[in-house]
Amino acid sequence: MANRAQPISALAGIGAAVAVLVLCATLLPLGAVFLRAEEASGLRAADWAAIRFTLLQAALSAFFSVLLAIPVARALARRNFTGRRAVITLMGAPFVLPVIVAVMGLLAVFGRNGFVSHALGVFGLPPIEIYGLHGVVLAHVFFNLPLATRLILHGWLAIPSERFRLARSLGFSPSDIQRHFERPMLRATVPGVFLVIFLLCTTSFAVALILGGGPRATTVELAIYQAFRFEFDLSRAAYLAVIQVGICAIAGIVLLWRAAPQTLGAGLDRVTENQAPKSHVMLVQDVLAIGLAAAFLALPMLALVLGGIGDVLGLPEVVWRAAIRSIIMAVLSAILAIGFALPMAALMARRAWRLGVDVIGALSIAVSPLVIGTGLFLILHPIMNPTQLALPVTVFVNALMSLPFLLRALAPAYLQAERSQGRLADALGLRGWNRLRHAILPRLMRPLGFGAGIAAALSMGDLGVIALFSSPSQSTLPLEMYRLMGSYRTNDAQGAALVLLFLSLALFWIFDRGGRVNAKA
Amino acid sequence: MLKLDAVELTQGAFTLCADIDLAEGARLAVMGASGSGKSTLLNVIAGFLIPDQGRVFLGGKDVTRSPVPERALSILFQDGNIFPHLSVHDNVALGMSPSLTLDRAARERIPLALAQTGLEGMGDRMPADLSGGQQSRVALARVLVRDRPLVLLDEPFAALDPGLKREMAVLLDDLCSQASLTLVMVTHDLRDAEMLCSEVSVLEQGKIALQRGLAGIRDDRPEALVPWL
Repeated sequence: MANRAQPISALAGIGAAVAVLVLCATLLPLGAVFLRAEEASGLRAADWAAIRFTLLQAALSAFFSVLLAIPVARALARRNFTGRRAVITLMGAPFVLPVIVAVMGLLAVFGRNGFVSHALGVFGLPPIEIYGLHGVVLAHVFFNLPLATRLILHGWLAIPSERFRLARSLGFSPSDIQRHFERPMLRATVPGVFLVIFLLCTTSFAVALILGGGPRATTVELAIYQAFRFEFDLSRAAYLAVIQVGICAIAGIVLLWRAAPQTLGAGLDRVTENQAPKSHVMLVQDVLAIGLAAAFLALPMLALVLGGIGDVLGLPEVVWRAAIRSIIMAVLSAILAIGFALPMAALMARRAWRLGVDVIGALSIAVSPLVIGTGLFLILHPIMNPTQLALPVTVFVNALMSLPFLLRALAPAYLQAERSQGRLADALGLRGWNRLRHAILPRLMRPLGFGAGIAAALSMGDLGVIALFSSPSQSTLPLEMYRLMGSYRTNDAQGAALVLLFLSLALFWIFDRGGRVNAKA
Repeated sequence: MLKLDAVELTQGAFTLCADIDLAEGARLAVMGASGSGKSTLLNVIAGFLIPDQGRVFLGGKDVTRSPVPERALSILFQDGNIFPHLSVHDNVALGMSPSLTLDRAARERIPLALAQTGLEGMGDRMPADLSGGQQSRVALARVLVRDRPLVLLDEPFAALDPGLKREMAVLLDDLCSQASLTLVMVTHDLRDAEMLCSEVSVLEQGKIALQRGLAGIRDDRPEALVPWL
């Protein structure tokens, strides 16, 4: 067989080293967790309850997210209207929204003192009780309804337009179209979407921390945190972490077996050529679906802005210090994530390495940040006080967590850049930094900016590892906000939430915009 | 100038076998159906692929295993010849220095090459501000400053309209004549070959089925070229 005259580049070599580092950073903490777990004395009744609650809330969250997403996706697929693009953009917003901010917004609408409870009071009805299972499920639906909608919308838009034309020529009614096109598509798409959301909800920590708790509403991740912070029982935390890994592994394997749905959003701005007659009933259905979904997503944020805007200036100094710390950590985390992802993307441009590097990149998110945090704590604890490394460890783990998203954005663009200009670069002898500067980076500016924005926003809103490691003097803005909520300083918490919301969106916008401005290809 | 000595290269079920000997200043068109091995042959000469057997000589030097940039040749691809974020000047300069650090003599060659290719005074422009024809000329100017004796053309006119095609062929013909460049061009179109080349090789399933001068070819109608006549 012919040799491809393509020596491994320095960047791809660095990528191999980074992939090994990422693998070690995931597997070593996991190993530490497994070793320590052997000392634990089996499952208690509370642990069984946590497992049951984790599975139940994940199943309910996935079920309602998918159920509600179907009419919204259908409406978006068959209606073209002014503002459609804005609605689809709104569907992507929760991805960069800090969990604690969203929960604060949901409390402002659905909490005991929220709009909805006040409205119910007018009719003499009792206020909504948001804490517990239904609050956790509500928050998860808030985060995952948009994801489910986008994934199912992809399924709708993937139905070839010729089929709708054929249906029209054959005189299909709307119910015929449902039966022959839409239901088969949903049967193929929905199970994968359900499993993705189920998996995401099993690792959700911050929502359960704020809206759950107590013996009847504790997830496994929350139980790990409680074993750490309240009991300092590291063996039990490790044992629970092993259970968490088991749940994620089973869900992940089922997801891979069932084939994960593709993509997070390209090509959603077109409409299907669904030329079946559109009745008034269908119009009302679509308006209601889109209107209610948009209100459900926008109202909490609107309530947060209106409720918090007057409290921002009066925020205590500690909040501003935490905000500055969070910004620095988010920027460092984004830089570190890019530093990991770019060489790994260079390695992924080679077919033989692609799958392996992709799996390594996704491991961190599959294992869950809290489990990695637990493992790192166990490794560091005998040597030093882990709280001294709270901030660097949080930056590092946050960078790991954003790696799968960055690789998804960077790897195809890197491959495309190599395909389109790699041979020219070879012919001109462009290697190393010169190759990166002239042939690759100019074509990577958009995904780099987008990826860095995602990494920064995710880090900005993180309330996972920092909750395990931090001391009172090292809090980040989400942690400070959680403390304000815990001490019932609701006004300050709302003001802090608004600052956090603004900073997260601003960081995402600045990075994303920076990439677009410098993009040349 | 260019010699392929019993070169063999296998890719899956496909095997390329080639013996070629070109004198300095020769101009060879490589033709053949899709999948016949034209581009593979060009990639072997360029160094993108290394043959399993046989040797490649350039100017008498064995370059069979030499990396692409160390071979005394320039390449013009069908597309993707330009870096869109670099000015015309820098795109040309890359032909001399990958780091864009140029000495005085190198800097002076750029406006000269731009003038020769009809791009005088356009050094500061960005590729997006140029027409398709002008972009092709930028790539040609880079070939000139590289000053390598062999030029490989990989279907260089495929994306150009007939007028532009003729204009580029005339320009290439002039430049190759002035600098006594040897030329190997892969093409699907016999008329392109006739505009620029003096010899033709026809590949069939990886083997050279015909190699001869282009003069009188339409009268002789050799069997291997019938589909293009």
